Amino acid sequence: MNGVLVPIQNCTVDMIRIKCPYCGERDHSEFTYGGDASIKYPALDAPESEWTKAIFFRENIRGMQKETWHHTNGCRLWLEVERSTITHEIKSVKACHPQIEKITKNKS
Amino acid sequence: MTRFNAWNVFKNGFTGQKNWDRQWRDPEPKKEYDIIIIGGGLHGLATAYYLAKNHNKKNIAVLEKGWIGGGNAGRNTTIVRSNYMLPGNHEFYEHSLKLWENLSHDLNYNVMFSQRAHVSLYHSPGAKDGAARRYNIMRLHGTDAELWDLDTLKKNIPHLNYNDARFPIMGAAVQRRAGNARHDSAVWGYARAADSLGVDILQNCEVTGVKRSQNNIESLETSRGTLKAKKVGFAVAGHTSVLWQMAGLGNLPIESHKLQAFVTEAVKPLLDHVVVYGVGGAHFYISQSDKGSMVFGGDLDWYKSYAQRGNLPMVQDTAEAAMAIMPCLGRIRLLRHWAGVMDMSMDGSFFICKTPLSNLYLNAGWNYGGFKASPASGWYFADLIANEQPHKHVQNHNLERFEKGINIDERGAGPDPKLHG
Repeated sequence: MNGVLVPIQNCTVDMIRIKCPYCGERDHSEFTYGGDASIKYPALDAPESEWTKAIFFRENIRGMQKETWHHTNGCRLWLEVERSTITHEIKSVKACHPQIEKITKNKS
Repeated sequence: MTRFNAWNVFKNGFTGQKNWDRQWRDPEPKKEYDIIIIGGGLHGLATAYYLAKNHNKKNIAVLEKGWIGGGNAGRNTTIVRSNYMLPGNHEFYEHSLKLWENLSHDLNYNVMFSQRAHVSLYHSPGAKDGAARRYNIMRLHGTDAELWDLDTLKKNIPHLNYNDARFPIMGAAVQRRAGNARHDSAVWGYARAADSLGVDILQNCEVTGVKRSQNNIESLETSRGTLKAKKVGFAVAGHTSVLWQMAGLGNLPIESHKLQAFVTEAVKPLLDHVVVYGVGGAHFYISQSDKGSMVFGGDLDWYKSYAQRGNLPMVQDTAEAAMAIMPCLGRIRLLRHWAGVMDMSMDGSFFICKTPLSNLYLNAGWNYGGFKASPASGWYFADLIANEQPHKHVQNHNLERFEKGINIDERGAGPDPKLHG
């Protein structure tokens, strides 16, 4: 598993550890939480009801969900994280914008 | 049920106070009810109580997956206030505060409501103007509100950091009728009062499935068997989305986030008010319980979660905020802390409304404000279920308000649930 976090069992507090593809494994306090990564925005001329759904309505998954995190105090890139909203276990982390990954790979 | 009064306390004194009745029954579920409320928290129990009391409804059940007082009713900082500004909200919360004022008598249960004043500090002339605007609007609507200058504040609350705070304290916006109440007493009081009016409180009764036709809920699968109901109310804030999807209704304008609260060891009387500190995005509120513990809370944990467990950075943030305004707390020891899961809605306001199903009613989206709202929440939700029509104070607290563009966004933070703390 790519996962990083092992929740502290029988404890009332925890710190999520996110494996940033550029910076390595860091505390979640370095990151800013974005939100649901599964939202697809409709076409600009789509009916209002579709825009209402995209902007205001959420699946609010209880379980594994895709979400965005911004590595604010690191590389400042947006990441797409698969994380459980029950245990906080992380299944995968990848860059939101793969074209950036291509650029960084070419450089190295 | 034996009433609580001086005579009964005296009489039971002869037998060591051991012969009191159960506070509420533990009935076996019936096959069918007229009204089932899912969620045995403050909101669900208050709804059942007012359905029976105000609307003379019989044959009501409240389903609770755990035990009474085990969810968010036992996970809050017990603050009661009505300093709201927007139409709909201020009437609603003022009604709630009025119900709190008489709640102990109404329920025949001491909810220990203490109107010790809610003191919201401001730290800049701009913040003072903002507070003056909000509190003037409250006064125009008949709610009590006042501004304290620095001298008044120092006289009333001497222990704040008036010397070298990073954000100097300049005064406070105050609601004197606000304060706090005992959370356990409130939920036990509602349970006992509802039960005495014939409401069946079914604990350890988790809803595991919702059977429905096109337009109706037909029955509920629960851990204590299949239950039928003519009308069903959801009052499970924190887990509303889960139940909503169980009923096949899709998405809601809600995200579940968690909020932590903290209790310290008991100390001698130190703070006689509820003090709120909010500057630069920080958010901190503190009061002292009757036992002497300092009870306080801070911001959300910032990411979506259903875990009833908080994170460490927020513990640190909250401790920093505490030190910023009350440095005298520096060596106090934390006794317990916990996190509650909350419905954070897309505009920071709640839902008491009808749903796409004809016999289902929704009570959800309480954000930070569920505890103080519970009496009015039960009051108006019962009204909606009984009369099939929302009261005018909650007529815009529905799921359609986003599409209509009439969001009730007290903070003006926009459609991001975590910003509505």
